[in-house]
Amino acid sequence: MATDGEAINDPLLKVISSKKEENYYVNRLRYKVSIKNLDAWFGTKQVLKNINLDIKSNVATAIIGPSGCGKTTLIRCLNRMHEMTLGASAKGCVVIDNNTNIYDKSVDPVIIKRRIGMVFQKPNPFPTMSVFDNVAAGLKLNGVRDKRLINDIVEESLKSAALWDEVKNELDKPGIGLSGGQQQRLCIARALAMQPEVLLMDEPTSALDPIASSKIEELIHALKKEVTIITVTHNMLQAARVADFTAFMYIGELIEYGPTNQIFKTPHKELTERYISGKFG
Amino acid sequence: MREETSGQNSSNNQKIQDIMSRRYNRRRVLDKIVSVFAIACVLAAIIPLGSILLEVIRNGASAISIQLLTQPPGAIGATLESSGGIAPAIQGTLIVVGLASVIGIPIGILAGIYLSEFASGTRLFPSAVRLFNDVLTGLPSVVIGIVGYITIVLAVGSFSVLAGAFSLSIIMIPIVVRITEETLKVVPNSIREAGYSLGISKWKITLFIVLKSAKSGVLTGIVLAISRIAGETAPLIMTILGTSLFFSSFTKPIDALPLRIWRLASQPYDTAHSQGWGAALLLIVIVLISSVVLRLLAQRKGFKVKAVHV
Repeated sequence: MATDGEAINDPLLKVISSKKEENYYVNRLRYKVSIKNLDAWFGTKQVLKNINLDIKSNVATAIIGPSGCGKTTLIRCLNRMHEMTLGASAKGCVVIDNNTNIYDKSVDPVIIKRRIGMVFQKPNPFPTMSVFDNVAAGLKLNGVRDKRLINDIVEESLKSAALWDEVKNELDKPGIGLSGGQQQRLCIARALAMQPEVLLMDEPTSALDPIASSKIEELIHALKKEVTIITVTHNMLQAARVADFTAFMYIGELIEYGPTNQIFKTPHKELTERYISGKFG
Repeated sequence: MREETSGQNSSNNQKIQDIMSRRYNRRRVLDKIVSVFAIACVLAAIIPLGSILLEVIRNGASAISIQLLTQPPGAIGATLESSGGIAPAIQGTLIVVGLASVIGIPIGILAGIYLSEFASGTRLFPSAVRLFNDVLTGLPSVVIGIVGYITIVLAVGSFSVLAGAFSLSIIMIPIVVRITEETLKVVPNSIREAGYSLGISKWKITLFIVLKSAKSGVLTGIVLAISRIAGETAPLIMTILGTSLFFSSFTKPIDALPLRIWRLASQPYDTAHSQGWGAALLLIVIVLISSVVLRLLAQRKGFKVKAVHV
């Protein structure tokens, strides 16, 4: 990022610079997210059973499966949002970069969400804020004050989310005035502004029309060079188009996981094969 | 066989159509009757309000004068020119209601935020708070006045502005709490989740995102509460005493419009009555103006949202 010679004292910026470099070399690390023996409950009902999954960096991984199999619960466990629901709990290890277990007692669940961003199924821009303020919300409310820095990051995020050209002259308009597809890209830009290492997407296109959906899919292709993307989808064609790796889940268990081509063309498990060919779900 | 079933279907179909069309005219008439009844109810509700307003305007408009607005009260039973005005009462209402709001609104909003955002489910303490709040809403204002008398008036040693403001704030708080809590609950949870997913701490989400979304609802609660306390007379009788003097100290008595209206109406003189009508009109106007001003202030940074679809 080109900034002129003024001293940059913003602590958040220091983290960002080093993470950008980290991301560049992160291919050298084997796995970005390692899920080990993860269980999750809603009250007494167990919804995830002993999930073991290693997500590679800078690729797009899709999690597919029939309704109720636990896909959304799984990704909500990856940024510790699952336990925020009343009565919900989770147990196990989720290790980032082979060095940080986000379920460790010393990790602050609020801060970890700055490294692992999330985009929800239904676009949820902040209704009282403009487009600009929406994207900047995460930065401003986490203490970033430098106006020029915020401007740069907002522009960069909107460009990464393929929304800049459509809103660059209307940054002051309310965020909820955009169309559905634009709102979802706004939410993606808002998540990207935090410079996350991992982006979790919970059925990001299921509320959108086909054209908006395809824009988001193109986005995922471009984004995965910088961010590790994990997306839940129940549209198998989308998973085939977008994801490098696919995980198939059924009733809380991980059935099969591998490169997308292998899962769709030559699945190892019969259950996978039956789901792929539409025999159930 | 298929013909039989389709024959059966079409005869069922015919039966349904017959039944629905037979009752149709009766339903249309019933519909009209209910509509007329509903409109009649609306009128029944509006007419008393309208007639009160008309009466107040009719009797009070003629009493409004510079003298009324700026002079302290004169001798009882004097002629119109030497009767003075109700200026101390106007000042008193503004001060006492203002002070009560300064005390009551922050407490009410914070309690409402607690009940909505930080009190999960049916734990004991939040349930108790809600119960107490509902009880307070229904407490007779005269009882609250007595409480104000026993606590502040006896402690300070005289009737005072403080006692009046204290009592009015007790009336105000439960209203603000309930409306704030209800309005915050209506804010969709997806907004909060969006905030959490950005790693923002809970109190910041509550203050800068959720409360901002609920701003107009909370403001309605505040306006309602202020309108309510501006007209309360019983607590004022027991706490501020009323006087012909302008404000001097928070620990001294003061006059207020509802109190002055009551005293003027109790006198047997026409000039007093006409001043009373003027005071009543003034009270309504003050409440109206403060509501409008509060709303305008809230909308200062608001958006006019037009749905723009690409």
